[in-house]
Amino acid sequence: MTTFDYPLWASVPASILLVVGGLVTVIGSIGLLRLPSFFMRMHGPSMGNTLGTGCVLIASMILSSALLGRPVMHEILITVFIVTVSPVTAMILMRAAIYRTRVNEERRRRQEQLAQGEGSRASDG
Amino acid sequence: MRRVPPVFLCVLVVMWLLLNNTISLGHIVLGFVLSALLLLAAFRLRPLQPTMRRFPVLVRLFFDVLIDIIRSNIGVARVVLGLVGEREVHAGFIHIPIDMRDPHGFAVLAMIITATPGTIWVELTDDRTELTIHVLDLIDEQEWIDRIKGRYERPLMEVFE
Repeated sequence: MTTFDYPLWASVPASILLVVGGLVTVIGSIGLLRLPSFFMRMHGPSMGNTLGTGCVLIASMILSSALLGRPVMHEILITVFIVTVSPVTAMILMRAAIYRTRVNEERRRRQEQLAQGEGSRASDG
Repeated sequence: MRRVPPVFLCVLVVMWLLLNNTISLGHIVLGFVLSALLLLAAFRLRPLQPTMRRFPVLVRLFFDVLIDIIRSNIGVARVVLGLVGEREVHAGFIHIPIDMRDPHGFAVLAMIITATPGTIWVELTDDRTELTIHVLDLIDEQEWIDRIKGRYERPLMEVFE
């Protein structure tokens, strides 16, 4: 394995960014685990999606630029693609969840009606 | 043949150069040729023509959104870790009346709202007059409506309409 000594100006900010990005992503994942409802849980992972990835990508840009001795920027494209694509999944998940809520409510209402109907018929007889 | 806005060409060329991680002359020429062919094809396939004006507004919006993303990340982190004090966190849906009509504006608005932790785009009514979003930490409904309309919708209308 070959090692490369990164200069201090690159390694210090990159390490800080990696730690911050990791923490942000972990907190977001804890949110996914702990928040009480589906709609609330949707908000957790978007932390890792934005600030988490952002920090890691900037760290990667700094380190590769230091390694190659010229600016390396193509990590920006990852951010662009994540940001343009994530609304699609978010909308699909949200609409599916709303549909499920509506169907469940409908079903519960129908069961209640049914139970009421049987109750009144029983009292009639 | 309709006019293809030059900004699309430039964005695609920049994307090509970023993908190849180079700024050599050969790649710039290749990028221009590929982007031009792609744009000609794309504009024939898609009848809807985006118009974009006032790029300084877009740059300002970009930095506003960046600040909002960092701020709302901190906000969501506090909710997750339970650092909001004694008060209870209420999540809820907000209905926002929308004046914007341009679909490209809506696309960008969806990206902004979804990319900001704490808010998620839920649905837009078929006549595009009312937007529903879900907010994790809902305190004042009117404040959110003003924020979405003033901070995001107004600049987007200036750019796209």
